[in-house]
Amino acid sequence: MMKFIHKTASPPYFYHLSGLWIPWLGMITLLLLMAGLYGGLIYAPTDYQQGESYRIIYIHVPAAWMSLFIYIAMAGAGAIGLIWRIKLAETVAVCSAPIGAGFTLLALVTGSLWGKPMWGAWWVWDARLTAELLLLFLYLGVMSLYVAIPDKRVASRAVALLALVGVVNIPIIHYSVEWWNTLHQGPTVTKFDKPSIDLRMLVPLLIMAVAFKVYYVWSLFLRVRVELLERERNSQWVKELLKQNKESQA
Amino acid sequence: MKEFFHMGGYGFYVWLSYGIAAVVLISNIILPVYQRKSMLNKLAKKIKRAEQLK
Repeated sequence: MMKFIHKTASPPYFYHLSGLWIPWLGMITLLLLMAGLYGGLIYAPTDYQQGESYRIIYIHVPAAWMSLFIYIAMAGAGAIGLIWRIKLAETVAVCSAPIGAGFTLLALVTGSLWGKPMWGAWWVWDARLTAELLLLFLYLGVMSLYVAIPDKRVASRAVALLALVGVVNIPIIHYSVEWWNTLHQGPTVTKFDKPSIDLRMLVPLLIMAVAFKVYYVWSLFLRVRVELLERERNSQWVKELLKQNKESQA
Repeated sequence: MKEFFHMGGYGFYVWLSYGIAAVVLISNIILPVYQRKSMLNKLAKKIKRAEQLK
C-alpha cells in the first residue's frame, strides 16, 4: 500500500496520470453542469415564498458547500504534507487555495444577490455571513503566505499550519444557523430528517453539487501540474519532458 | 422565452449570479492552462540558453 502511494504521489507519475485524466474530468463537469442547469433553471418548479429568485440556490449552496469541502481537503493535504513530507500533498494543499477562494467569493456574492431582494439588504453582519467572510480571508492568507516565502518547501509547511489552525472556523460556519438566531435560513438538505425541499428542486441541486466537486478535481489537477513543473524544474523528469516536447514540435 | 429571462422580476439578481459564477469557474480553468504553457516555454528557453553557454 505505501509503495503504491509513493509511486502515485511521485511528481513525474502524477504529472503523466493527471494529463490523461484532465480531458475526462472536463467532459464530465460540462455534462453534469448542463444537466444541473437545465434542472435548476427550467425543470424545477417556482418556490411558493420566494418566487423565481430562489434559483440562485443552484449556485449559492453548492458553492458554499465547496468552500467548506475544499478547505477541509486543503488542511488535510497540508497535514499529510507536514507529517510524511509528501511533495504531492504539499502541492495539492497550495493549489486548492485559489479554487476554494473562488468558491467562497462566489458563495458570498451570490448570497448578497439573493439577500437584496429577499432580506432587503446586500449584507448583514450575521454569524454565518461573517464566518464565511473570515473563510475567504483564510484562503487569501494561505495564498499570500505561500507567495511570500521563497523556499517552497518551507512555505508549504507554514501554509499547512495556517490552514490547520483555520479549521476551527469550519464547524462554526456549518452550525452557525443553529447556534445563533440569524437571518440566514436554516438547513433544508443536510439535516438528519427527510429534507424539507421538493424533490424536483433537490435533484438539480445535488447534480450541481457533484458537478462542482468534479470541477474542483479538474481545476486542481490543472494547477498541480503547473506547480509541479515549477518546483521540479531542475529535476531530470522535467528536462526529459521538455526534450520530448521539443522533438514533437520539430 | 421572455418570461424565462424575466425570472418573475428577479432576472437581474438571478442572471448576475449565474454570470459571475461562469466568470469565476472559467477563469479557474483558463488561468492554469495558460500558466502551464508559459511555464513550459520559460523552461525550454532556459535550457536553450544553458546549451548555448556550453
